[in-house]
Order: sequence, then C-alpha cells, then structure tokens
Amino acid sequence: MDTYSLLREFADSWALLGLVIFFLGTIVWAFRPGSTRVYRDTADIVFRNDDGPLVDEGGAGGAALSEDDK
Amino acid sequence: MWNYIKVSGLGLTALLAAIAANYARDVPYMVHMIIVMLVAAGLFIWAVRQIDEPVGPAPTGYMDDVIRAGVIATAFWGVIGFLAGTFIAAQLAWPGLNFEWAQGYANFGRLRPLHTSAVIFAFGGNALICTSFYIVQRTSAARLWGGNLAWFVFWGYQLFIVLAATGYLLGATQSKEYAEPEWYVDLWLTVVWVAYLLVFLGTLLKRKEPHIYVANWFFLSFIVTVAMLHIVNNLSVPVSIFGSRSVQLFAGVQDAMTQWWYGHNAVGFFLTAGFLGMMYYFVPKQAERPVFSYKLSIIHFWALIFLYIWAGPHHLHYTALPDWASTLGMVFSIILWMPSWGGMINGLMTLSGAWDKIRTDPIIRMMVVSIGFYGMSTFEGPMMSIRAVNSLSHYTDWTIGHVHSGALGWNGMITFGALYFLTPRLWNKSGLYSLSLVSWHFWLATIGIVLYAASMWVTGIMEGLMWREVDAQGFLVNSFADTVAAKFPMYVVRMLGGLLYVTGGVIMCYNLWMTATRGPAKEQATPVMAPAE
Repeated sequence: MDTYSLLREFADSWALLGLVIFFLGTIVWAFRPGSTRVYRDTADIVFRNDDGPLVDEGGAGGAALSEDDK
Repeated sequence: MWNYIKVSGLGLTALLAAIAANYARDVPYMVHMIIVMLVAAGLFIWAVRQIDEPVGPAPTGYMDDVIRAGVIATAFWGVIGFLAGTFIAAQLAWPGLNFEWAQGYANFGRLRPLHTSAVIFAFGGNALICTSFYIVQRTSAARLWGGNLAWFVFWGYQLFIVLAATGYLLGATQSKEYAEPEWYVDLWLTVVWVAYLLVFLGTLLKRKEPHIYVANWFFLSFIVTVAMLHIVNNLSVPVSIFGSRSVQLFAGVQDAMTQWWYGHNAVGFFLTAGFLGMMYYFVPKQAERPVFSYKLSIIHFWALIFLYIWAGPHHLHYTALPDWASTLGMVFSIILWMPSWGGMINGLMTLSGAWDKIRTDPIIRMMVVSIGFYGMSTFEGPMMSIRAVNSLSHYTDWTIGHVHSGALGWNGMITFGALYFLTPRLWNKSGLYSLSLVSWHFWLATIGIVLYAASMWVTGIMEGLMWREVDAQGFLVNSFADTVAAKFPMYVVRMLGGLLYVTGGVIMCYNLWMTATRGPAKEQATPVMAPAE
C-alpha cells in the first residue's frame, strides 16, 4: 500500500476515533465532580499576585508541575 | 564565557552580512544584508563595551521593562498600519495617488502587504507578545524565564518587521497572502518564535500557581500553532543563497490548500486564540469579576482548537480543490459558530452584575464592543463560507469588510482596551491622563468601523450581483470597469471610516504618552490594584 493510502486509512479510522474521544473527554473532564470548587479558585488567579512573583517557600512550586491541569 | 560567544557571534554575523551584501543578486537582498550588518555591528560595539563590566545581582520582581517597550511598539506600529491602510483606501478611490514618481515602490500593490503585515504582525504581534508576557507572569506568579531572552524576542521581532516591510516596498515577496516575506526573513522569524515559545513555556514551568490560567492556554496554542503554520507554509528552496528569490516546495492546488490552511489558521490562532487570551485576562480584571464560567472557557478552548484547523478550504470554493475538501471546510466553519459564540457569551456575561460599568468606564465599553464585533464577525464568517453565499461574496469587497469588522472591531478594540489597562500600571500611575480622550477614541473608532463595514457590505453585494447579472440572451451585462465606477462613493466612505479610526489611534498615543510622562502618580505604601477610573 502506498504512503498516502496508508495514512488516509489511519486518519479515517483510529486517528478520527482518538481525536473525537479526546475532545469528548475534555468536556466530561470539565464537568467532573468537584470541578466547580476548583475552577472558582482558578478563575480568581487573575486577582492574585499583581505586584510581584511568589517567593519560593518550598514545595508549592515543584509539586504544582505534576498536577493535572486543564 | 557567554559574553565572548556573543561578541564573536555578532562580529561574525556583521562580516557575513557584509560579504552577502557584496555578492547580492538583487536590491532588496542587498538592502536587507546592509540592515543586518548595521544591526549586528551596532550590537557588537555595545556588547564589547559591556564585556567584563561588573554584573549586578539578578533582578527580582516581574520583568516589566520589555512589556513597556512592547506597549510603545504596539501603539507605534498600530498608527503606522492604520495610516498605510487609510492611504491605500484613498488610492483605490483616487488612482492618481499611485504617484508616477513612486511607481514600483509606493503603488497599491506594494503598499497593500505593508498595510496588512503592519496591522496584523506589527500591531497585533507586538500586542500579543507584550500582553502574553504580562499575563503569564501575573497568572503564574513568576518572573519571565530566560533573563534577556525576552528582550531578544522583542528586538528580534522588530527586526523581522523592518525586514518584511522594506522587502515589500522593494519587491521581495513570495506572493503568499499574509506570508509574503522571503526565505531568510522566514528563517529569522522561526528563530525568534522558538525563543518566544521558550520564554513562555519556561515561565509556565516555574509557575507558583498550581493551575495554568485559561488565558495562557490560548496564548500557548497561538504560539505553537503559528510556529507549525509558518514552517509548513514557507517550505521553499532559495534560488541563490545571495538572492531573495525562492521557489515553493508545493505546486498548484496543494500549494493553494497549504496557503489557505496557513491563512485561515493565522486568523484562527493569531487573531483569535491569542486575542482570546487577552480577553480572558483583561475583561475580568477591568470588570473586577472572575470570568463568567471557567468550565465554558475550557470547552471554548478545546472546541476552538479542534475545529478551526479544518476551516481553511472555504477560501477555495469553486477552484481546482476537490469538492469533498471544500465541503469539509464549509462544514467545520459552520460548526465553529458554537465555540465562537460560547466564547463571546462567556466574555460578555463576565460583566453580569457590573453592567453599570459600561456607562461609567470607557475601557470596559471598548472591551464590550470588541467582544460584540468578535460575535458579529464569527457569525458573518461561517455564513460567507457556505458555498452558495460564497459564490456571491467571493472576490468582492464584502470579504474585505468582513475582515475589517473582525480586525478593527475585535482585535483593535481589545488591544486598545489592553493598552489603556496596561499603561498606568506599567508606568506606576494611579490612572490614565484623560478618560474623556478614551471616550473620544472609542466613538471615533466605533463610527469608523461602522462606516467601513457598512460601505463594504453595500459595495461587495453590489459588485457580486453586477458580476453575475446576465441578459435575456445569457450575456453578461456589466464589464469589470462598470463595477469599479459604481463603487466610487463607497470607496470614499470607506476611506473616511479609516480616517476616523486612525484619528482615534493618534488620540490614544497622545493619551498614553501623557499618562506615562505626566499621569497622576500612584501613592506609595498602598500596593493594591488601582482601578483605572
């Protein structure tokens, strides 16, 4: 099979399925239980730290990276 | 050590540019290499004078000096771009303004890409870079990553603008709309853009807030997607390493499809996603309320990202592009209605409970009108992408009117709002120099857009109908010149609209200048956020 047909078949099947599932997953994720409380805090980020960066107090910065953020 | 690498690199660049200028095969290439040589030589002298100077302690706090420079550059390029646009609008109405003595340099064909690039990439690009630097620092509670790399991004981007603009005037173009710069300018922009991505990502990685605020998601998608679009659409082989000409890798309909995949996503990710990042920060800030629905903003983000990338083929209805591809583009364009309007509703409803601010705060008024134009142009666009509508609207001034209601209304107004928001904060003032001047700007710009869009609807639909009009025998009734003559009054109105818009821009520059130099000083000891009213 030539490259075009191969890629075309993959795009029409698994890639399409994967993308649709990912997209629907983001919507489900946004409405997961407990998200309202988390997002209320996230939406308030704009009102914090107007004047300078947070100074490192150990932990908070590094741990933040492993968390799953949407 | 780094200083020595920098100095030798700059010296080498100046030398190579001098050699390239000497061997240049065409004038634009020679002029560009002389510009590069002068810049590199100037930086070389500056770097040599800095060498072995004692290094102070690493600066702390937010890196705001590069954002101040960005605000100045945005306002400056904005007025230049609006002026160029108003002038070429006048050229269309009165062709005599294509002066004989300036033929080949300042005629419509040369100035038109200068206008589009000045407003999109110089005004819009600088606005995006400086606001993204401001927002990513505040929402991450971290200083910009990479030290002076942010300055490299800023000055590197200005050099790209200068090379692009001088290239257009001298005739160096690869004839791809919104991607006109030639191969070496494209390569330079790629380097700058990667540096931009590194600064932005680095700052996000060292953030102190556990969550990445939604505005940063929009900015990140804008940076990544523009990098991808830019590289793929500019795949070309230079004819000579000492010349500005290049040959595109793709040909025919593949090239056309790549170009409009690029072109439409430049609209989708440069002018939409990036500016939505601005909306999601500045509207809540100025309204002093959190965004209406954070969940909606997440769905808005993912839906926009997933759908926009497919909409490009609607630029190629009734061409050699296969029907399935243009139908695909049309369908995705129409589905785009939903995330666009979801985002508009999210922006507008952020004001719920603070609607009185529309009356009292001219900056909020600007932002609201901006979101309104976002909604209108994202309604109009999908409608025009429908094949039957497109058969009337394509190649007419309706398209130009649509683009400008988006660019002047949405991009322009949200940027003006952001500049009015940023200037007092960046220059430590308690407020703007004059709020009534903001109101003047608001009304001049709004009336200007209305004149522009309305005249283009009339002339666009008129010429579309004239072009397709046939008599009883099936012969076309109008010649092309008939439509040109009929459009004259609308062209004058369009030029007047532009004139009002540029006047508003000049008033803004004066107001921002007076705010920075003579604005009311901020009282010390109260580091709370000062409302801009």
